[in-house]
Amino acid sequence: MTATARMPAEVDRAGGRGDPERAAACDSREPADIDHAVGRDNPTGRDNPTPPGEVTRDPREQAVWSVLESVMDPEIPVLSVVDLGIVRYAHWSSDGLHVGLTPTYSGCPATDIIRRTVREALDSAGYSDAILEEVLSPPWTSEWLTENGRRRLESFGIAPPARTVANPRHLFRAPVIRCPRCGSAETERVSEFGSTPCKAHYRCVSCLEPFDYFKCI
Amino acid sequence: MNAKVNEPLLRYVLRLGDTSLVLGQRLGEWIGHSPALEEDLSLANLSLDLIGQARLLLSYAAELEGKGHDEDALAFLRDAPQFLNLTLAEQPNGDFAQTIVRQVLLDAWQLELYEALATSKDTRLAAIAAKAVKETRYHFRFSSGWLVRLGDGTEESHRRAQNALDGLWRFTDELFAADEVDEAQAAAGIAPKLAELQPRWLARVDEVLREATLQKPASVRHPWYGKNGVHSEHLGHMLAEMQHVQRTYPGAQW
Repeated sequence: MTATARMPAEVDRAGGRGDPERAAACDSREPADIDHAVGRDNPTGRDNPTPPGEVTRDPREQAVWSVLESVMDPEIPVLSVVDLGIVRYAHWSSDGLHVGLTPTYSGCPATDIIRRTVREALDSAGYSDAILEEVLSPPWTSEWLTENGRRRLESFGIAPPARTVANPRHLFRAPVIRCPRCGSAETERVSEFGSTPCKAHYRCVSCLEPFDYFKCI
Repeated sequence: MNAKVNEPLLRYVLRLGDTSLVLGQRLGEWIGHSPALEEDLSLANLSLDLIGQARLLLSYAAELEGKGHDEDALAFLRDAPQFLNLTLAEQPNGDFAQTIVRQVLLDAWQLELYEALATSKDTRLAAIAAKAVKETRYHFRFSSGWLVRLGDGTEESHRRAQNALDGLWRFTDELFAADEVDEAQAAAGIAPKLAELQPRWLARVDEVLREATLQKPASVRHPWYGKNGVHSEHLGHMLAEMQHVQRTYPGAQW
């Protein structure tokens, strides 16, 4: 490339420093207009319109959630599908156990594998009649990652998501991303995209290590 | 299954799905050829999101069609005149500047469209759009960032970006040329009125062009619309490659 006048990393560093407000929690969900779109993917309408906090479940459902907590993401093997926030519900109705899964990115190649491993885990735990349903609405965002998931990501060497990148007015501004290895805030973005759809590629200026950043959408 | 197919809705969904599919395939052609490894990864990721969106949309189209096809049959077994994508999406990658200009124009279009479709009365479309819009915002951030870097970069990168813009602008006419398919969806509360999207799209694009120090070309009407199945010569060549395996070994799986 001949155009090197404004390389992304330099601009990021200039724009991303010392601005704690910009590093506020990631929230790219549209607030009000989500509920209406319950659609045929989720005929029961029993999805959870907001990412779950601490919830109390009945013991029968809790047992299913415990099984799902053992199903790991194929690309980030420290994260379970529950940590990742892609299990929307597990409940019984007249025709049996329904489990709702939502994809992270529309084209994430891991979606099929995840579905298969969830199926296998449910089978071997004795829930072979479980009905797996794809839920698109409300869409997954990085907000759905659980607190536990964020901690596990960081200890695995992947910086957890910070805030939305959606506003085009902030073209060259980026939040402060801390290095998951040394904790330094002196980091720079190498690429908005990384080895999987959910990650971007960063580098630590202090310890010089490259690292993955879990994208914020 | 259903005796009466909602033909205008089917065509509308095919237009959306085909545009994502064709653009995704084009971006995939960069894999292994991009200017730098980071851009290789980025364009591949954009492509992946677009093909994922296409899969959701074409699955829906296949159900509306009711002939027992699936999304793969629609992608791999139709000929060029049956594709209803926007002509802009099928334009060749050219140099990196041409790819980025094409991407900015279509990202801004998808952004406005998906934002509006997220409140569609068609709950299936609304769910797909609400998901896609989050990805599209990220795409637009990438493409508009690059266009600013190219336009406001060196003399050479500016020249190439302006050339690309001058060459592709005529295809933007189609984005907002409403016909009976678009009007039927707008009347049913399924899709937004294209006339209402246009000023929002233009404002978005103008902002990027200004920052990129690029001149917006004069409007030219280019009335051969891909969304009616009338394509430029490029689509056939692209499909020949994309559909090669399924055409040669029908039903092949791996």
